[in-house]
Order: sequence, then C-alpha cells, then structure tokens
Amino acid sequence: MASGYALLEAVNLEVHYGGIAAVKGISFALEEGELVCLIGANGAGKTSTLKALARMIPSRGEIHYRNERLDRLPSHALIRRGLALVPEGRGIFARLSVAETLAMGAYWRDDKAAIAADLERIYALLPRLAERRTQLAGTLSGGEQQMLALGRALMGRPQLLLLDEPSMGLAPMMVEKVFEVIRGIAAQGVAILLVEQNARLALQTASRGYVMESGRITLADKAEKLLADARVRAAYLGE
Amino acid sequence: MKQRERLGLILVAATLLVLPFVLAEIGTAWVRIANLAILFVFLSLGLNIVVGMAGLLDLGYVAFYAVGAYPWALLASPHFGLHLPFWVILPLGALLAGLAGAVLGAPTLRLRGDYLAIVTLGFGEIVRIFMNNLSAPFNITNGPKGITRIDGLSIGPFSFTSTDTFLGLSFSGPIKYYYVLLLLLLVIIVVNLRLADSRIGRAWVAIREDELAAKACGIDTRNVKLLAFAMGASFGGIAGGMFAAMQGFVSPESFVLNESIMILAMVVLGGMGNVWGVIAGALLLSFVPELLRYTVEPLQKALLGRLVIEPEVLRMLLFGAALVLSMRYRPAGLWPESRHRREMKERLA
Repeated sequence: MASGYALLEAVNLEVHYGGIAAVKGISFALEEGELVCLIGANGAGKTSTLKALARMIPSRGEIHYRNERLDRLPSHALIRRGLALVPEGRGIFARLSVAETLAMGAYWRDDKAAIAADLERIYALLPRLAERRTQLAGTLSGGEQQMLALGRALMGRPQLLLLDEPSMGLAPMMVEKVFEVIRGIAAQGVAILLVEQNARLALQTASRGYVMESGRITLADKAEKLLADARVRAAYLGE
Repeated sequence: MKQRERLGLILVAATLLVLPFVLAEIGTAWVRIANLAILFVFLSLGLNIVVGMAGLLDLGYVAFYAVGAYPWALLASPHFGLHLPFWVILPLGALLAGLAGAVLGAPTLRLRGDYLAIVTLGFGEIVRIFMNNLSAPFNITNGPKGITRIDGLSIGPFSFTSTDTFLGLSFSGPIKYYYVLLLLLLVIIVVNLRLADSRIGRAWVAIREDELAAKACGIDTRNVKLLAFAMGASFGGIAGGMFAAMQGFVSPESFVLNESIMILAMVVLGGMGNVWGVIAGALLLSFVPELLRYTVEPLQKALLGRLVIEPEVLRMLLFGAALVLSMRYRPAGLWPESRHRREMKERLA
C-alpha cells in the first residue's frame, strides 16, 4: 500500500465485460473522512469502478480497505465493515414503505435501541422522509427517492459511502438539496467516494477528484485545481 | 380481537368443520375434490414463497410435488415391501423436496425472469422423465405404470382409509383425510403468515424489489434465495406425500407441466404475495372446474335437449377467459398483497 494509512486503496483495478475492458488498471486511494469525486463522460468506467469496489461485479487487481482485501469478500459482507453503496438509479424497494426501507438499511444490525435512535437521527436530517414514513418508496419523487437511498445507506452506519450519480434525473433544485445532504454527511466524518457526471458540482463539493477517460484515470488533483484546469474546463465544464 | 372478527372466525371454523358432511350428502366425490383443493392450497402457498415473496418465477414447481409423493409411494407400499410409518416418510418427503429445491436453486442463482422460468420448466420435465424411466435396469419407480396399493395414512392402529362410526356419524376415509388436511393447512398458513412478517420475509421482498440494493443492505442474496427455493419446495413435498397417501397410487402422469402452470395460475389469479389471496385463488381454480364438470352436461341436456359443447372444452374456455379478464381488470390478482394494492392507489392519487 502506497500511503500506509489510506482508508481505501485500489491497485491496478480492472473490470471486464466479456472481452471488453471497461476499467483498465486504475489505482487510487481515499483517506478517512475524505470526500473524493470520480468524474468523467458516459461510459468512462465510473460506475463499473464503483460496482467493483462494492463487489457487485467481478474485477481484477487489489482493493484494500482498512486492513482487509475487499476483493476477497462477498458484496453482502461490506456493510458490516462500514462500506455502503448507494447504487445508480437509487435501487429503491418500490413496494416497501419509507420506514420499512430505512429498516432494511439496518438489516445486518441487531442493536434495536441504537437502530431506533439512528432512525430518528435520519428523520431529523431528512425531514421530507419523516413526513412520508408510511408512503411506499415507489411513489416518492425522484429527489425523495435519492434522499431515501442515502438514508437507507446511513442506517448501516457506514464509514465510507460510495455514491453513484446522486444527481441523475433530478430537477436542479432537488440536486442542490441532495448535495447539501451529502455535504452534511461528509461533515460528520463519513468518507465519500462520489461518482458524478455533473463535474462542476462534484468538484465544488469534493476536496479531491479523479478524472476518468475510457477506463483510465487521466487526471488526479485537488478539486479546486481540477476546476481551474484548462483540459477539465474544456471537456467537462463546457467552457 | 374485535367482537365481529371473533364471530367471523367462529363462523368460518364451524363451516369448515361441518363442510365434509354437507359435501358427503351431495356425493363422496365432492369430499375428495375438497381434499385435492386443500392440497392445491399447500402447493400454491409453497409456490407463493418463491414467486410471490422472493419474485423468482418457477415453472417447474410440480417437480417438488413429485419428489414428495414418490418417497411415500416407495417406502410405504408392496413395491419394495416396505411399510414405514408416516412420521418417517412425510418429513422425509418434505426434506427431499427441500433439497431438490436447493439443487434447482444453486445453478440458477444468477438468473431472473424469463431465463429462470425456462430453466425451472426444464427441471420440472427432467424430474417427471426420471420418474418415467427409473424402471430399468433396476426397477425403482415402476416407470409409467406407477406405484399402486400405497399405504394410506395411519397413526398407530388408527387408519384414515377405512370408515368409522363415531357419535352416530359415519366418518368415511375422505372425511377423515379432510380433517388431517385442515389441521396441516392451519399449520402451513400460520407458518406462511409468520414468514411474510419475518426478517427473512423482508429479505425476500427486498431481493424481489432490487437485488443489488438488497446486497448493499448486507443481505446474503445467495443463501436467502436458496432458502426461498428450499422452503417453497418443502411445502410441495408435504402436499406430495399426502397426495400419495390419499390416492393410493402415483404415476409420472400426475406431475406434468400443466399442473405447474395451474399452480402458478392459482398464485397469480389470487394475488401474488398475499397468503389469503393465494388461498382464494387455489380454492377457486380447484372448485369451479369441478362444478362445471357436474353442471354443464345436465344443464345443456335440459335446455337444448342435447350436448353441444363438451364440459372439458368449456372448462378450458372459461379458464382462459377468467385469466384474461382478471389480468385486464385486476392485474394484481383478485386479492392482492396489501403493498401492491396501496401502490396502485397511491399511483392514481
């Protein structure tokens, strides 16, 4: 491991779909409590990277998390180690109510009193959900569903959140609200790896960023430096 | 419990207890029809776990019915000269069916929807063909001729096959089986209701709704799906064992694809995922065709003077029409799962 105290470190990560390489040997790292974004165009391999980290798809290369090799663990073991995924398209349980969905987030836990306390904490953080606790998740608006997906992940008490395109399909005002929540989660010391097509917003939110292009990381720097970078401005900020 | 609910429950219980005597007045055949209907309720509830709760489409479910029926047939008949008691062979049938469920589940874990349906359909056929051909070089299943003279259910010296008179009432074999099945049904309903409400039941629903998100919540989707297959199958195994005991005869012909489709139709028509809906669907599709069988012919002869449409033809026609109409007007089933009902309502609102 390069830095020795990284929370998460991927070394030569590769993802293949049949004969097609979607991620071609990338390496990156995250420190405790850091908010890092992964930006890039459609099909650059961002979602594949995130899915590989969450063990949802097979990959090659090493993934270190704390003192363990994630690439040797099954996906359902990750939340027990503090790693939560908010999948692309939100992964809503359409026919579960808001309260039931949040309870699913704590599926692996058996500390009932602490679960109840966390539930109230999340309702305080996301008051829209509190108003709709008995409503079915499938009938919420897109923004509310994204909030619910975040809340469900938080119910697992993560130390590292993997967020896949949280702004996808949301109205601009809703995007702003979702990102406010994301900043709030980060402020509580939860590390976040944010995959986002909305490069400007992602770089304004994160402290560091990686730029992916056809399966490779082409740029890695502090977020404000990437925002000022001529190549990034031309390719992703539309300037 | 409210006064009215309690009264309703007592009424239902009383009706169910008196029912076989009323049916016996019409004809003993009707008691047998009721017994078969209860078996189909077992089967539908078992399939409901797999299809309704976990969302895994299984088109070969009748295979587990067979896997439950054959152990009873083989171990309690003159075929091998074995006559093991029910408390060995009924659990054995359930266990073997559960194992068969896991065996079917393991290679299909990555499949969903149509692909899973095709593999399960093939599995159902494989089991039936096995039963058909396991007569040479060693005669295990007696092939298409089936196994005859299977022992009925008996607990100690008390046989459920013969007729007994008790308190002036004549308890025929089918009537005694009816009460056993009713008791088993009660157990199976309670198990199903508890399952739907349990941690494992919620995990099934989560997998049905979004498998990837379910994994992210820490659900071991592999084991939980296998458990759905195994539990669903074991209900089929119990039904199979009781079927062998009641009929005294099993052959591969009882376990054809049509039966799988019929059970699936019961689940879908009644309301996938809802225990009460599934029971209603199974009872409806068991009784109505029989009712037609006994009324169509005399009715046509009385009205038209001759038989115009064969009862069998009319039966399939009405069955098809019922399915089409229910899909048009009640797509979630006659008595849908409460979540499904709410979803429709909230979407309209």
